[in-house]
Amino acid sequence: MTAAALELVDLRKSFGRTEIIRGVNLAVPPGERHAIIGPNGAGKSTLFNIISGRFPVSSGTVRLNGTDITGRKPFEINRLGLSRSFQITNIFHRLSVFENLRCAVLWSLGYRYSFWHNLNTLHDAADRAEAILSRIGLRRRRNIAAGLLTYAEQRALEIGITIAGDASVVLLDEPTAGMSRSETANAVALVRDVTQGKTLLMVEHDMSVVFGLADRISVVVYGEIIASGPPGEIRANPKVKEAYLGTQTESH
Amino acid sequence: MAGKAKREAAGESRSGPVLRYRPINLGRWTVWGVAALLFVFMPLIFQSGYARSLLSQMGILIIFALSYNMLLGQSGMLSFGHAVYSGLGAYFAIHAMNRVGDGSLIWPITVLPLIGGLAGALFGIVLGYVTTKKAGTPFAMITLGLGELVFSCSLMFPAFFGGEGGISGNRTVGRPVLGIAGWTLGPQVQVYYLIVIWCFVCMAAMYAYTHTPLGRIANAVRDNPERAEFIGYNTQRVRWFVLILSAFFAGIAGGLSAINFEIVTAENVSAIRSGGVLLATFIGGVAFFFGPILGAVVFTMFAVALSEFTKAWQLYLGVFFVLLVMFTPGGLSSLILMNLRVLKFQKFKRLRDPYFGVILSALALAFGCVMLIEMTYHRTLDYSLGPQIQLFGFPFYTDHAESWVFAVSVLVGGALAFRYAWRRFKAVWGEIQVEIEDWIRDNPEAE
Repeated sequence: MTAAALELVDLRKSFGRTEIIRGVNLAVPPGERHAIIGPNGAGKSTLFNIISGRFPVSSGTVRLNGTDITGRKPFEINRLGLSRSFQITNIFHRLSVFENLRCAVLWSLGYRYSFWHNLNTLHDAADRAEAILSRIGLRRRRNIAAGLLTYAEQRALEIGITIAGDASVVLLDEPTAGMSRSETANAVALVRDVTQGKTLLMVEHDMSVVFGLADRISVVVYGEIIASGPPGEIRANPKVKEAYLGTQTESH
Repeated sequence: MAGKAKREAAGESRSGPVLRYRPINLGRWTVWGVAALLFVFMPLIFQSGYARSLLSQMGILIIFALSYNMLLGQSGMLSFGHAVYSGLGAYFAIHAMNRVGDGSLIWPITVLPLIGGLAGALFGIVLGYVTTKKAGTPFAMITLGLGELVFSCSLMFPAFFGGEGGISGNRTVGRPVLGIAGWTLGPQVQVYYLIVIWCFVCMAAMYAYTHTPLGRIANAVRDNPERAEFIGYNTQRVRWFVLILSAFFAGIAGGLSAINFEIVTAENVSAIRSGGVLLATFIGGVAFFFGPILGAVVFTMFAVALSEFTKAWQLYLGVFFVLLVMFTPGGLSSLILMNLRVLKFQKFKRLRDPYFGVILSALALAFGCVMLIEMTYHRTLDYSLGPQIQLFGFPFYTDHAESWVFAVSVLVGGALAFRYAWRRFKAVWGEIQVEIEDWIRDNPEAE
C-alpha cells in the first residue's frame, strides 16, 4: 500500500474551550488535487494552519508521505516537502520580485545559511527563480519591490514563492480571493499549471474554481468533514446542499 | 533608488538565463577605487596629528557602524547592546597586547584586531544565542539588559576589566611590521594606515556578505519572518548566525580601538557606546550599504571635531539627529540618493530655487539657535572668563541685551522664512517624486 501524500487522523484543535476542528480524518493520495470548501468560520484556514505547523494541534496526527509531522516547526515541515500559501498575502515586500523567488529556492537547493557562496554566481538558484518568474507571468516586474505590485500580481507571487522550493505537497489558501473574473481565470490556469505532478490541497470559496480544478472535494462544516468525494458526487449530495451549497449551485 | 544595483540587475535580466554575459560593473569599481584612494591620501592632505587621530577614529567607527547595520538595516534587529561585542573584543585585544609585551605570547600587533574579532564572535555565539531567541522589541529589550549586565561585570571583575582606570597597553611592543625598522606603530600615521587596511578589508567582506544566501535570507527575515519559516528557514538560526558575524566585525573594530588608544575602559562596553553606534548608523541611513559609512564620518565629526569648538556638541548632535529623523527618516544616504535620482531624471532645475530658499532660511535659523545656545552656555559655565564670546569670528557680548535681541530676531526671522520655504520646497519635491514614480511604473523594464 502506498502511503497517502497527506493524511490527517482524528485531528482536533481547540482555542480555549472552543473546539474549532472536531476530529478530521482525510487521506489525500499523491498527485490528487483536493479542494476543501465550507461556510465561513468552518475551520478551513485553521486546518491549514495546523497542518503546516503554524498552530500546534490539540490531538490527532498529521502524516506527510508517511512521516509523522505533528507538532513540527513550520520550517521542518517545509523541508520535508510541504509548502503553503496564505490567504492574506504574505511576501517579502521590500525585496524585488526576483529576490522573493530566489530566497524561496535557496533552502531546497542546499545553500542553507551559507555566507561563503556568492549569490550572483549561483546559477541554479537564479535559473530556477527566473523559470518561476516566467511561469507566474511576472517577468516584466522582475526588479520591482514586491510591495509595489498590484493585488493580483502579489497573489501570483504568493503562489510562486509557495511552489519555488519544489515541495511535493502544496497547500493553497484561497488563491483567487478578492480577484476579478479575468484575474480568477488566470489564477486557475496558473494553479493548474504549477501543481502538475504535485499533490494539491486548497481552500477555495469560488465554486467555479473548485469544480473546475479539483479531483476530489471535502466539505467542512463546524470543524468536521461532512462529505468527501468527486465533484459530481458532492454536487448531488443532499447533506452538502443543505449545509452549504444551497442556492450557490444554481447561481454557478 | 540604488542606481548601481538596479543597472546591474537590469543587465542580468537582458542577458537571460542561458546567455550570461555581464559587463564589468564600472560604477562599483569606481566607487571602491575612489574610496581606497581617499583612504590612502587623506593623511597626506590633513597632516596634523589631530586630524590623523580623527581619521583613525572614523575608520574604526566605519567598521563598527557597518557591523551594526548587519543587524539593524539588513536583518531588522534593533540592538541596544552592540558595544558589548566591540568592547569585549577590545579588552581581549589589549590583554593580548600586554602578553605580547611581556613575551608570553607571540603574535604580530598588526593582526591583533583578529583576536578582538574572534573574541567578539565567541561572545556572539554565547550571548547571541540568548538574545536572538526573540525578535523585534523583546530582542531590543534583552540586548539592553545584557549590555547593562556586561557593564556591571566590568566593575565586578577588576582583574580583567581594570576597574575605573581600565587596562592600558603599549602598541609598540611587537616586532617591527614586516621587519622594516621604524614601522613600529608608534606614529599615529602608521596606526592610521593599519586601520585603513583593516577597514577596507572589513568593508569589502561585509559588502560581499550582503550578496550571500545568509545575507539575503536575513533581508527576507527582516521583511517577513513568518514567511521565511515557510520557505524552510529557521529564523532564530538566521538571526543568531547574523549576530555572530556582526559581533566578529564589531570585535575587530574594538581591537583596532585598543591599538589606537592604547587603553580600554568600561566605557567601551557601555550603553553610551551602544547608543553612539545606533546614532551613527541611523544618521547615515540603514537602507543602503554605504549609509553607516557616511554616518560614521559625520558622527566622528560631531563627537571629536565639534567637541573641540563647543561644550554644547552633544546638544547639537541631538538636535541634528532629531531634525534628520523628522525631515529625512532614511538618513543621509537616502537624502543623497533621492537627490541623485532627481538629477538623473533631469528635474533638478525646478528644485534649485526652492533649495536655495530652504538652505538660506535654515542657515539663519541655525545661526540664531547657535548664538542663543552658545551665549547661554557661556553665561552658565564660563562667565568668569568675561562677558565676551567669539562666534564665527565676531565678538558678542552676553551681558548686552542687544546681543540677545539680535539672536532671537535672527532665530524668529529664520524660522518664519524656513516655514514658508519648506512648504514651497515640499510641494515641488512631491510633484517631482510622483512624476518619477509614474514613469518607473510605466516603464518597468527600463533603468
